[in-house]
Amino acid sequence: MLRIDREQLERLHSHAAEGYPHEVVGILAGERCSQTVHHVQPLINERADSPANRYKVSGLALMRAEQALEDEGHEVVGYYHSHPDHPAQYSDYDREHALPNMSYLIASVGDGGVVHTQSWRLVEDRSSMQEEAIQIES
Amino acid sequence: MTVSIRIPTPLRPYTDGQSSVSVQATTVGGALASLTTAHPDLSRHLRNDDGKLRSFVNVYLGEEDIRFLNAEDTALTDGAELTIVPSIAGGAA
Repeated sequence: MLRIDREQLERLHSHAAEGYPHEVVGILAGERCSQTVHHVQPLINERADSPANRYKVSGLALMRAEQALEDEGHEVVGYYHSHPDHPAQYSDYDREHALPNMSYLIASVGDGGVVHTQSWRLVEDRSSMQEEAIQIES
Repeated sequence: MTVSIRIPTPLRPYTDGQSSVSVQATTVGGALASLTTAHPDLSRHLRNDDGKLRSFVNVYLGEEDIRFLNAEDTALTDGAELTIVPSIAGGAA
């Protein structure tokens, strides 16, 4: 189960709505052992060629962002991205690029804001992603 | 020669929690092969079915991306430091 502070989920939803109709991406930071997100860190989507249905953050940019979070005492719990005008279901492209042992939160967003949010984790043989429950903490 | 490979957080469960693994190798490809021989469950996350490094797996020798060196044929010197740096990507179909 993924736990996330209500305020941080609202920040994530605002990021997805502000980025619409493009995909947005960011880091879920907090505590890995309890799978709790205390901070969401927006990142820059580098896929300027296809921003409506693709995101990418290159290795060095990601490493620097994660290092800054770790310096503040956070651990990386996973990543989030938005699916503009598309369900919060993971795509094959999401699965092919997923890292194991991380939560992947997807926010389905339309022009009125986020309509649905789901979280996924890659299964060990990489054949699919399994949904994990989201618990919102006040 | 002995080289070290720095392992990113999501892959550490496959290296018994170690953040850095030392191997004997003379090339980057040899170092990665030693790593996955010692920790076989890591292999599917580093390489695709064709045996190529997955697109989100970046390997740095010091501060240089091996793609801009001699890729997996890049020669290593004793004490070289390799880092596996994942990128993240995805998106709606």
